[in-house]
Amino acid sequence: MADASQSLTFLVLFLPFLAAAVAPFLTRLFQHNAAWLLALVPAFIFVHFCGYLPAVADGAAVQGGYSWIPAFDANFSWYLDGLSLTFALLISGIGTLIVLYSGGYLKDHPHQGRFFSFILMFMGAMQGLVVSDSFLMLFVFWELTSITSFLLIGFDHAREASRRAALQALVVTGGGGLALLAGLVLIWHVTGATELSQLLASQDVLRASPFYLGALLLVLGGAFTKSAQFPFHFWLPNAMEAPTPVSAYLHSATMVKAGVYLVMRLNPVMGGTTAWETILPVFGGTTLIVGTLLAVRKTDLKQMLAYTTVASLGLLVMLTGFGSDKAVEAAVLYLVAHSMFKGALFMVAGLIDHESGSRDITELGGLRRAMPITFVAALLSAASMGGITPFFGFLAKEEIYAALGFAGTWNSIFTIVAIVGNGLMFAIGFAVALIPFIGEKVETPKHAHEGPVLLWLGPAVLSLTALVAALASSLSHHYVSSPMASAVAGSEVHVHIGVVPHLGLPFTLSLVTIAVGVGAYLFLARGRAAMARFLEAIGWGPDRGFDQAMRSLVRVSGGVTRVVQCGRMEVYMTVTFIALAAAIFAPMAIYGEWPSRPTFPVLPFYEWAVFAIAVIGLGAVVYAQDRLTAIVSLGIQGFAVALLFMLLGAPDLSFTQFMVETLSVVILALAMTRLRLTPSDHRPTGEMLLDASVAGACGLGLTLLLLRVIQVPFDSTLSDFFDEYAYVIAHGRNIVNVIIVDFRGLDTLGEIAVVMVAGLAILALIRIKAPKQAVAKTKKAEMHAETVEG
Amino acid sequence: MRTVIFRTAAPYLASLMVLFSIFVLLRGHNEPGGGFIGGLIAASAIAIYGIACGVASVRRALYFHPMAISGFGLLLAALSGVLSVFFGVPFLTGLWATPHLFGVELDLSTVMFFDIGVYFVVVGAITSIGLALEERERG
Repeated sequence: MADASQSLTFLVLFLPFLAAAVAPFLTRLFQHNAAWLLALVPAFIFVHFCGYLPAVADGAAVQGGYSWIPAFDANFSWYLDGLSLTFALLISGIGTLIVLYSGGYLKDHPHQGRFFSFILMFMGAMQGLVVSDSFLMLFVFWELTSITSFLLIGFDHAREASRRAALQALVVTGGGGLALLAGLVLIWHVTGATELSQLLASQDVLRASPFYLGALLLVLGGAFTKSAQFPFHFWLPNAMEAPTPVSAYLHSATMVKAGVYLVMRLNPVMGGTTAWETILPVFGGTTLIVGTLLAVRKTDLKQMLAYTTVASLGLLVMLTGFGSDKAVEAAVLYLVAHSMFKGALFMVAGLIDHESGSRDITELGGLRRAMPITFVAALLSAASMGGITPFFGFLAKEEIYAALGFAGTWNSIFTIVAIVGNGLMFAIGFAVALIPFIGEKVETPKHAHEGPVLLWLGPAVLSLTALVAALASSLSHHYVSSPMASAVAGSEVHVHIGVVPHLGLPFTLSLVTIAVGVGAYLFLARGRAAMARFLEAIGWGPDRGFDQAMRSLVRVSGGVTRVVQCGRMEVYMTVTFIALAAAIFAPMAIYGEWPSRPTFPVLPFYEWAVFAIAVIGLGAVVYAQDRLTAIVSLGIQGFAVALLFMLLGAPDLSFTQFMVETLSVVILALAMTRLRLTPSDHRPTGEMLLDASVAGACGLGLTLLLLRVIQVPFDSTLSDFFDEYAYVIAHGRNIVNVIIVDFRGLDTLGEIAVVMVAGLAILALIRIKAPKQAVAKTKKAEMHAETVEG
Repeated sequence: MRTVIFRTAAPYLASLMVLFSIFVLLRGHNEPGGGFIGGLIAASAIAIYGIACGVASVRRALYFHPMAISGFGLLLAALSGVLSVFFGVPFLTGLWATPHLFGVELDLSTVMFFDIGVYFVVVGAITSIGLALEERERG
């Protein structure tokens, strides 16, 4: 049984990717109705995860997985406790509705299949992220969500705004991902844990470590960029360039919560410290206020919702930072409530846009008769967002105030922050849900009427779920809220809050919030104008800062490239050979390993003769009047060396040397015949002296190195090994060949791959049709490439 | 360079050299030689043929693009390593078989095919560079 369930979970993790692969074909077959079929995948996942609910509600954590690279302790393993399970259910549940919604929203879009494919891939990545146990998996899936989000934001790639937003999101969240990686490595280094479950069992090890603050900052770098915390919030509203299903799914219900997930996940092992309880509430609170204020300025429905999403994420981070049981309960309830009402409101915004042709709040009105179902769904969701009983949002808000409403300056500040933030969110929620529907009928670009079932199903189901979940609060707390809160708090927590308001401080604060909200709603237009003036006065924001940062990055890298890659072959060669000389001389100088003076060799006369030929060849190279002579003289020197190898009993080496010399002469000659072979050497004396000294240094260095090497006692272990085993193991008597093709076969495979790639590169270099003025330069490059290859 | 004597002799010389290169390649396991040297000899042969009779005739004689020959060599070398998977031994482990054909004992091994792969990579890469350079010279 356990085995079957394990295989099924494994399958479930891969199912979205499989579905992504077949989605384009299904869409070609069934057009937009493929959504019904594809939605079965997340629905199946949802049902599968529901099966774990009773066990997790009893406080168990479901673990499973497969060993992947045992040597590195890297496993493909998952860990399902209350936190992961709730996330998994949100992702698959809302995912089902989103797939259906996309079917209607992108009906007859030429790339609908591609869209389904992307969104299912994202679903798989997100699913993997929240159930991962091993750090490695967590990181891979984390980055995968960034990449799929990039694809989805840039889905409408013909528009520049989309491309910019996609790139911006990728840079910000990808950069954060790198910080997260560093943080995870640090955590692994400190605790020795490679899996979350091990980490959670490690108690106080991490908090007591001197690396705690570094690890915390790095992990928060990942979490804050992903969850769009101030000052990294700017990518999220820009990401609204994506089609609305994406905004509803990635940028409100799931992906942006990955950062919150991470923070909640680490709360038991990293939370509770001064740093944690300062950084998180301050950044979260700032984000909450900035987000809501910026939302006031916007008139675009999606933009308004996007900024309230930023604010909500700030609220979640702030609550998690407080870390008390009540605060954790509040964060958990708010997270679930937010996923439902914000997902629904985004879908409503898309629906209005789809049916009326506009999503500007100043151009909409009186749609209630034309779109009654949408109106009801919007109203229910706004009520949940505003925290009105009997909706799930109410439970969350009561719990927020119960957590914050204590005496003390610190708490009072954040209580005020929460009241202002919640009040403004209340106003904006109702602005989105009311203004387009009430009042006089306004002429819209398209004649508005109720959308098809695919479109209104999502918002309707989500808003009703928020109602039912709140009414049956004891049930939803038992299965969802309490296990999740326990997982976040690290100890058993029971959520009790119900829909019936209890008189007391939290309820009073709720009433204050609603009053603030109603006031803000009434003065929304005036507040918008004031905010616009205020922002104009500042004139700079992180969004523009991002552009400036990117521009200076391009400028700096351009400058560095111009310095490093100047495009002059002479400079490259000089630098390379100076580096070679330095690499030879430096170790000898540092370690004092100079060779001792060698004794004068006693050689037979024919060896002296060959040696003399080599020296003559070398002299001829230096004094040659034209290039052809120099090349051939170089060949003479090479042949002489090959002959020496032969005399010293290395036939293989000498053989190869002969062939290489022959071919280099041929190829160099071929390359040279394209150049003018006139003898003129234009180098000024200074340059010539420099070249000569570099060449001399390299030659001298190599000579000294070789002298030193042969003065070291010869270690014959390897030679003896090959001598002994070449025939026994590898059935070959030619040791050199046996080493090349058998003992060191992998090296050879790499080398011949290099030979081939170098051949391809040279071929491409030769084939370049250089513009006239650059021809000389190209030829020089070719020539040197040949030299290097030869 | 393109004298009548050279042009007449070059095809024979080149074919002899290619034959010799194959000999060197195959005997490499026990005597001096092997794929790399063999490949260099064959490449020299082709270079001589090219200098004497022109690039077009070399390309005709080779039939395949030299870079394709090189790629084939790399594939052959890699595949001869992969074969070990089916015997449950690590990548590139040498495998031997000694079938008897017409009363002669024949030593076949993956190592030999690996060496043949090296031979083709070297021949193909060097020839393609040489031919491209010669072509430009005329063009």
